[in-house]
Amino acid sequence: METYTIIVLLLAATIRVATPLLLAALAGLFSERAGVIDLGLEGKMLGAAFAAAAVSAVTGSAWLGLGAAILTGAALALLIGFACITHRGNQVVAGMAVTIMVVGLAPSLALAWFGLGGQTPQLAAAGQRFTALPWPWADAARETPFPGLLYAELLGGHNLVVYLAAALVPASAWVLYRTRFGMRLRAVGENPHAVESAGVPVNALRYRAVLISGVLCGVAGAYLSTAANAGFVRDMTAGKGYLALAALIFGKWRPGPTLGACLLFAFTDAAAARMQGVALPLVGVVPVQFILALPYVLTVLLLAGFVGRAVPPKALGMPYAKER
Amino acid sequence: MSAPAKLPRWADLALLPAVSLGAALLLSAALVAVLGENPATALRLLFTGAFGSGDAVGYTLYYATNFIFTGLGVAVAYHAGLFNIGAEGQAYVGGLGVSLVCLAAGGWPAWVVLPLAVAAGAAFGAAWAFIPAWLQARRGSHVVITTIMFNFIASALMTYLLVNVLIKPGQQSPESREFGANAVLPAVHELLATVGLKVAPSPLNLAFLLALAAGGLVWVLLWRTRWGYRLRVAGANPEAAVYAGIRPGRVTIGAMLLSGALAGGLGLNELMGAQHRLTLDFPGGAGFVGIAVALMGRNQPVGISAAAVLFGALYQGGSQLAFDLPRINRDFVVVIQGLVILFCGALENVWRGPLARLLATRRGDQGGA
Repeated sequence: METYTIIVLLLAATIRVATPLLLAALAGLFSERAGVIDLGLEGKMLGAAFAAAAVSAVTGSAWLGLGAAILTGAALALLIGFACITHRGNQVVAGMAVTIMVVGLAPSLALAWFGLGGQTPQLAAAGQRFTALPWPWADAARETPFPGLLYAELLGGHNLVVYLAAALVPASAWVLYRTRFGMRLRAVGENPHAVESAGVPVNALRYRAVLISGVLCGVAGAYLSTAANAGFVRDMTAGKGYLALAALIFGKWRPGPTLGACLLFAFTDAAAARMQGVALPLVGVVPVQFILALPYVLTVLLLAGFVGRAVPPKALGMPYAKER
Repeated sequence: MSAPAKLPRWADLALLPAVSLGAALLLSAALVAVLGENPATALRLLFTGAFGSGDAVGYTLYYATNFIFTGLGVAVAYHAGLFNIGAEGQAYVGGLGVSLVCLAAGGWPAWVVLPLAVAAGAAFGAAWAFIPAWLQARRGSHVVITTIMFNFIASALMTYLLVNVLIKPGQQSPESREFGANAVLPAVHELLATVGLKVAPSPLNLAFLLALAAGGLVWVLLWRTRWGYRLRVAGANPEAAVYAGIRPGRVTIGAMLLSGALAGGLGLNELMGAQHRLTLDFPGGAGFVGIAVALMGRNQPVGISAAAVLFGALYQGGSQLAFDLPRINRDFVVVIQGLVILFCGALENVWRGPLARLLATRRGDQGGA
């Protein structure tokens, strides 16, 4: 029974860790499927996390915070679009630049506005955060661990954003594979010239793709600062944007497998926290750093074709110039 | 495809970066105003903080030393058409090489330790760059993504080694024991004191000269050897390079090895020169500053050295700024860094077209007169 409870709680933690990863990975999916490398995930998420916490702290509304986060993510995405799509700048450089700028700007603004040394005030009042939704009969269900605990902790016990992220996986798949917009978007990432000859403006499509990425990063950021935590702290994304990028690649730029990769990476993260000093059968104590590095090692192995093969969109990273 | 507008060489090397830098600094000044401080005061403090006294200049050049090493590393890869985002991780692992030699150097004379430490730093940095390079050359995975992943893997590996293996016994913070006196680089103020010159003490050390020498070495290798010529051809036009009998895979691996070796030099300045022990996360983002420095310095050693001094000044002056202005902290230097990368790297086409037109009309007028 003890092991059972540990496993259920571990899986519940996995879902909570996976949520921002999944949102950011889906964000990158839209951008990269349209041919724009998204190294700005980390920066857009961090900027949005700050915006959400700052607005929620001032107005007292987590929803207004979410709105500000989405606007911030979209604005940063448009900046990347302006550099990479309109002016055909280097996409890798643009994403890096935006990330580095936000890493500095968020704590700078936090210091100037709140005077708390680079973080926002604690979000303690009701309504300032997205808290776990009340789930019917959850407390009663805990009385009978199986299947009650599964119901109360895995299915229930999460906030709204978690369910939103889960719903976005089939929604993204539907948009990308079943709508005209999605098919054009994928075509732009493979062969933009063909799309242009069919009379569809490439740059407008790419702008829409990076904008979707900005909006989703906005939700991911709001989750970090107003749902998973109670406020913004310096560097709170802590590489999650790059981990999401790895998950996106590990998921071979497809929504379903990307969800799987996010859950796998989140599980290693959640497990690492509990594996500190625990001896496993056969291998003994695995250093926690090795577990944390596992997602990156797996992604490198996949990219190198040692485990399966990940083929990026053909036009990924290539600026498009209209032929005259 | 319509090619980006052509600029004369001097404009491409000097005018365009100057305009981009100006735009980045102007926007930074506007942000200072948004934060609620006076931009003119901030600029004055930044300048006096970086160059106002002997020890300030020392600190500025000490920071610049780090950025020369990583900037050169990024630039060498760039000339081969590769974007090495992994200078941070390569510098970190390079520092491990430097530290292992310094920790092992019991009673060895200093003139034995220094070349060994240089070689080990370069070898470890190069080794960390080799795997992504080999994976791109032979397995087709992209070096941008793999070097990012390798930064995280390096960070995990080094944390493990420091916490579990190299930590000084009986100590809480994850640091190695201190290097012996024979295994540290002399500070510049100590060297000058031996010839009777009195300079304010600062962590500026012999590694600064090593960084300048590395710049010279890169210039010779890239622009005066056949190997460098091949590297630049493969970077400028990979298809033509293949027809000229150049093997792109070899160029990729060679360029990344040199790139990682240069980034590995960071450990000489930071560990052997200043901290005298191996510490957690000692690169502290210098690998990413190297990207900004390389972009601003147009990937030329002279330009990189100048850009490195500018960023050294930003880092040193930035601490003065954070000390004197209550509404600004050290993070603001990172904002300027990001804006410089944005304007010099991603947005330069914004100015390229107008500048080309402006220069063309001016030349046209002179021709007509």
